[in-house]
Amino acid sequence: MSTLSQDHSLGRMSDNTIDRPGERAPLVLNMDKFSEVTATVCRVNEADKAPFAWYVAFAAALGLLSVLGACIGYLILTGVGVWGLNNPVMWAYDITNFVFWVGIGHAGTLISAILFLFRQKWRTGINRFAEAMTIFAVICAGTFPGIHVGRVWFAYWLFPIPNQMEMWPQFRSPLLWDVFAVSTYFTVSLLFWYTGMVPDLATLRDRAKGKIQQMGYGLFSLGWRGSNRHWHRYERAYLILAALSTPLVLSVHSVVSFDFATSQLPGWHTTIFPPYFVAGAIFSGFAMVVTLAVPARELFGLKDLITLRHLDNMNKVILVTGCMVGYAYSMEFFIAWYSGAMYEKFAFINRAFGQYWWAYWIMVSCNVITPQLFWFKKIRTSIPLMFVLSIFVNVGMWFERFVIIVTSLANDFLPSSWDMFTPTWVDIGTMVGAFGLFFTLFLLFCRYLPMIAMAEVKAVMPQADPHGAGAGKHGHHGHGHAHSHDGHGH
Amino acid sequence: MATIVTTPTETGAGQPAAKPTRIYGLLAEFETPGDLMAAAEKCRDAGYRWWDCHTPFPVHGLDGAMGIKRTILPWLVFGAGATGTLAAFLLQAYTNSWNFPMWAGVWVHGYPFLISGKPAMSLPAFIPVMFELTILFSALATVKLMFLFNGLPLLYHPLFTSNRFRRASNDRFFIVIEARDPKFLPKRTEEFLKTLSPVSIETVQD
Repeated sequence: MSTLSQDHSLGRMSDNTIDRPGERAPLVLNMDKFSEVTATVCRVNEADKAPFAWYVAFAAALGLLSVLGACIGYLILTGVGVWGLNNPVMWAYDITNFVFWVGIGHAGTLISAILFLFRQKWRTGINRFAEAMTIFAVICAGTFPGIHVGRVWFAYWLFPIPNQMEMWPQFRSPLLWDVFAVSTYFTVSLLFWYTGMVPDLATLRDRAKGKIQQMGYGLFSLGWRGSNRHWHRYERAYLILAALSTPLVLSVHSVVSFDFATSQLPGWHTTIFPPYFVAGAIFSGFAMVVTLAVPARELFGLKDLITLRHLDNMNKVILVTGCMVGYAYSMEFFIAWYSGAMYEKFAFINRAFGQYWWAYWIMVSCNVITPQLFWFKKIRTSIPLMFVLSIFVNVGMWFERFVIIVTSLANDFLPSSWDMFTPTWVDIGTMVGAFGLFFTLFLLFCRYLPMIAMAEVKAVMPQADPHGAGAGKHGHHGHGHAHSHDGHGH
Repeated sequence: MATIVTTPTETGAGQPAAKPTRIYGLLAEFETPGDLMAAAEKCRDAGYRWWDCHTPFPVHGLDGAMGIKRTILPWLVFGAGATGTLAAFLLQAYTNSWNFPMWAGVWVHGYPFLISGKPAMSLPAFIPVMFELTILFSALATVKLMFLFNGLPLLYHPLFTSNRFRRASNDRFFIVIEARDPKFLPKRTEEFLKTLSPVSIETVQD
């Protein structure tokens, strides 16, 4: 049988970030056989008990989730006055959280769709849980527009449902485009995630020992049996979904940015918003993937599949998108000066040196300065440092949305209508509670669903190539090529 | 090469052997994608039609080795996407620009919104929703049609009775020649499969 290109005499390999010319760095470490991949991934779901840390994290997440439930309940029973909103600051934490969570989701789709179209094989190690992160982040995001409408029981008015009042939504409003963009995004992400998971659910079904597991995984794997006639259509469908998700993900945050950019408010009324929002979304999303991947690979023993190279690559993406975000910040300032519009100029000086100066400088130090550290390979490949830096990025991106939304609203054209926003405990509880919802869903996913796309990881192993290392001992097939059968195809 | 077994795995020792069973097909097991590929080419060339390969992941080049024709799925998805574009346009045009009654579960009426003096039919403002519904319709069609063409969901299949077949989702590669194939003759086909040097051969009951 064939082996990977790594030298086993050197013992277990853990660092695959070194680039050797003429040789592809291995994407799967210390594993020769497909069955080892299956066993490593399924072990997480098949263990009788989760690691102790999982229970601790799950309890904490449930605690925060109940805070969210309590805050939303209080909000619905009392009214949006329980938030610190006022006139003119009618959007604050609610929309900040919405934009923050939608943005987080974008990295998952970027990894699953855009990297797929670019044939980036390393995506296979991280795409499944990055997509899961997308779904859960969009669920968190969807909560906020739902509850900020005031009379929650009329939230269905957002959709064009025929009704006896003959009342329709106003399709020229970007807020309505948002409804369609985010709900399409959620549906398509869910389809993509689930379709990708079906073969892996079949693996879990075939290995399941208990009745409940057999039934559960059996039902959701839809009777998948790895038929190549099925794989043929499946791969086409997967490619189409990737091709559909790519423009979709770019459109979603563009549409979110239209919520601001199509208004007249200084600081919002900018053409740079769509690309700037998309870059920021990918930036924050990758940071969240790193935040989740670092503990997950430690806890569930997935270091050979989510390798240091994967993390290194993600940190490079954070660096690139961080530079884009920094560029957008400076360009906003430049245009505010260059436009000669005094309100625009004021809005930006006020952002940096006005009453919310601290939020602005938290944003700049977290989003512009922090990612620059990733120029150093030592930092890109240091687990503790990348974990801390990724959290900085998350914090910075939350503040970015806060700065954009609140500073522009608080100080618009007329000084007589200015006001300050101060969050109430319900604002803070809802924001923190959303993390509870996110982590509850994510921890359940880790425990019960295949965290790594096994079928896809196997397909990028050198052994999977029927013409190379996977040609095996009978590797003669009517192509007439000469194949090397020494087992070291690379 | 490992042993060749021809007994079905699921007829346990306690069961009466008298029950007549129909054969679903013959299952041959291979160790590597390369072995499977070579075998698949021979099956194709032998003229079998009702046969299939089962693999834990899509094997690159196997479609050609099996002689599978390209699916028409993308064309249907294009149709679904175009339907989505049109549906979104009509929805927005009717609800925001036109003004005639229509039956949609209840009698409804379009309403020409007058917003900032813009024309009732403001196509540029309708583009984002048209785009989103194009994507939505296409994605739903892709997944639905893919599973439909594959004959899924299907909760029972004769192949699931084979214990050996469970490794088809793990690390082994299989070829199944079904009994309904016009060229299928239990002894002959088994002899043929043996020439492909599989790890094992198994008869699967229907």
